[in-house]
Amino acid sequence: MPEYKAPQRDMMFVLNDIINVSELAELPGFEDATPDIVQGVVDEAAKIIENTIAPLNETGDREGCRFDNGMVTAPAGFKEAYQLYSESGWTGLDKSIDFGGQGLPYTLATAVSDMLCAGNDAFSLYPGLTNGACEALMEHGSQELQDTYLEKLTTGEWTGTMCLTEPQAGSDLSQVRTRAIDQNDGTYLIEGTKIFITGGEHDFVDNIIHLVLARLPDAPAGVKGISMFVVPKFMVDSDGNPGARNPVVCASIEEKMGIHGSSTCVMSFENATGYLIGNANEGLRYMFTMMNLARLMVGLQGLGVAERATQGAIEYAKERKQATAINGGETIIHHPDVRRMLMTMKALTEGCRMVAYDTAKHYDISKAHPDESVRKTANDRVELMTPICKAFATDVGCEVASLGVLVLGGAGYIRESGMEQYIRDAKIFCIYEGTNTIQALDLVGRKMKMNLPQTFIKEMINDLAAESGNDELGFIVEPMQAALNLLDKTTQWLTAAALEDPQNPAATAVEYLTMYSLVTHGHFWIKAARAALAKQDDDFYKGKLATARFFTNKILPRIYGLAPVIMAGSESVMTAEEDWL
Amino acid sequence: MKILVAVKRVVDFNVRIQVKADGSGVASDGVKMSMNPFDEIAVEEALRLKEAGKAEEVIAITIGPKASQEQLRTALAMGADRAIHVETDEDIQPLTAARILNAIIDKEEPKIVMLGKQAIDDDNNQTAQMLAALANWPQATFASQLEVDGDVANVTREVDAGLETIAVDLPAVISADLRLNEPRYVKLPDIMKAKRKPIDTFTLADLGVEAAASVKVLKTSAPATRQAGIKVETVDELVVALKERGLF
Repeated sequence: MPEYKAPQRDMMFVLNDIINVSELAELPGFEDATPDIVQGVVDEAAKIIENTIAPLNETGDREGCRFDNGMVTAPAGFKEAYQLYSESGWTGLDKSIDFGGQGLPYTLATAVSDMLCAGNDAFSLYPGLTNGACEALMEHGSQELQDTYLEKLTTGEWTGTMCLTEPQAGSDLSQVRTRAIDQNDGTYLIEGTKIFITGGEHDFVDNIIHLVLARLPDAPAGVKGISMFVVPKFMVDSDGNPGARNPVVCASIEEKMGIHGSSTCVMSFENATGYLIGNANEGLRYMFTMMNLARLMVGLQGLGVAERATQGAIEYAKERKQATAINGGETIIHHPDVRRMLMTMKALTEGCRMVAYDTAKHYDISKAHPDESVRKTANDRVELMTPICKAFATDVGCEVASLGVLVLGGAGYIRESGMEQYIRDAKIFCIYEGTNTIQALDLVGRKMKMNLPQTFIKEMINDLAAESGNDELGFIVEPMQAALNLLDKTTQWLTAAALEDPQNPAATAVEYLTMYSLVTHGHFWIKAARAALAKQDDDFYKGKLATARFFTNKILPRIYGLAPVIMAGSESVMTAEEDWL
Repeated sequence: MKILVAVKRVVDFNVRIQVKADGSGVASDGVKMSMNPFDEIAVEEALRLKEAGKAEEVIAITIGPKASQEQLRTALAMGADRAIHVETDEDIQPLTAARILNAIIDKEEPKIVMLGKQAIDDDNNQTAQMLAALANWPQATFASQLEVDGDVANVTREVDAGLETIAVDLPAVISADLRLNEPRYVKLPDIMKAKRKPIDTFTLADLGVEAAASVKVLKTSAPATRQAGIKVETVDELVVALKERGLF
């Protein structure tokens, strides 16, 4: 397996030259996020991830999790690596200082997650799910629940889960059947079965805190009757320590295509004691607090796997000698098609990093900026970019992982190369936390109704106007003008076509999300090209500018295949009747 | 007992070094910079001595431009108590570095000065030895094991013939070799705490030292790329070919 080296040069480029991370330190509460701290965080997180967590990626895949009589054992080394990681304070990076966190911006947590996911996507899920549980408790939990659970979850001493899915309730949570009965003593009895529960059971920590969606007996049908409960694996005693075992047990774990190091559990709640979070029947709204962050996190998993596959492919292509290339080069990196694949991998991966970090910065602004209207505008951007960060980056993860195997040829198909694992790991990112179809429907549905895609198109057009006099950027500015016009036109078509027939956006949403994402990447590649132009005496910036050109000429034009497909609507998709298939 | 640990800002060991087009040196603009790895080992050893109750205070020192403070912050995040920054944009060669450290010895009166055995940028491996001479202290270079027993340090050194154990009276200069220890991972809360630890700044003039360069760098260039070899049919031809090249 290729060794993982954190792409710190590119990460710092995005943080400094693309999103201007230093502005975050001006926000109230983020005064500590000065450039030296940003650098220190990236440097030290890179060390611990490269040396202790990334080396477990391949062994974790081979060994997988083991289930025995309700107990799950993670692959060798995971427990020790998790303990080192959490004891070193990394799980609390962006959590509230009131509960033992460091209160740093989410943007920095994003940079660390970028590395953690690339280093070991399966491992990243354990702290990742805990983040979601923390966020939901922080936003919606009572003071008592916060005092009982948040500190241990922040420090990573305990981990958290999200228990949503049931066999009949996957993408459609209105079908949730798990029951909650009020005991009239401040507790509820939870009864039901949850599936696909990441980190539902494992051997890292003393307690696991499940956040569970369930229904009260008198609850309205559908999503308006779902409540959220905290169900600890061990009841917490008055001193805050794990006490009696709560009857929530792991019935089995799944055998999966990839992310073998992550335990995916069937959880059986056998009249387990739970505590209501917030108000009854508002669980779905609370769930989205976890879910939105989880979606951004999954986008980083897509970015991570793409980064790792790109590193592995470039390293191999620089060493493998096979047939002298047309330019006389001996290694396969000189063959035009290998180069095409590598440039595609590099351009897509780096584009996803720019969008992810920029979205993270807007998330921080949406939380911390003193001006409410600025917060609102930033939050709109996060809302718009969440499906794009999730779906496009995970599509990129799959495309890049697949190219990665191809660059290695037959060797890539052999397990020992480590490259095939990335394909198997990457696929789930397109599926969980809302499939990429759900993301696309969110974009053309709710987000389009809020006018968010349209607003950002205008913003991109305005930004472009500012560059129009710059001849050196003409290579990307002109194609982006045409691309934005076409995206605008396609968006208008889709808005009108949705009124005619709701199947139109539903049948073209995925293509529209891809088109929107490509143009968004173009928007950021202009920024990258502008920053790189000034520093053309250095290989990194030369490579950056060359990649911006490649993106413009070889990736952005994909939209010209997508626009007519979108504008062909749903008719040819839905004409065939069920029996004809 | 105080321990003074010298650390140097260098291009990170993972970075592929690029020579500047005009041959004036190595490109470092925007390149990842880190603490010299041997210095990191020296810091770790000093911290372990403190944690074992053998020392009361660990002071990190660096000589270099303003940005070198990043490396001091790393040392502070690892656990050093405070730091000294001798700020200069001059090219500092080993003898100058040793003179500066000697001036700081007079101020701080440490019992041990620890350094990495060499810095991975210029690979000089001279500062520790020169400092010992200037301070008239014993030296124990290339340490792979260190025990402090009262006023004596027992040091196992990595020498060409294997390992050698010597006892040096303190105060002494000790330089760290690769196998002395494995530096710890820095904890995130300690990165934050390091921001609040004090760094004293001095100029060369404050210390009465001039940056006299005894070695002048004329030009920096990348090693020549290796030429393709030739095949010879017989041993005689080989001998002739070697003689032609003055190799035999």
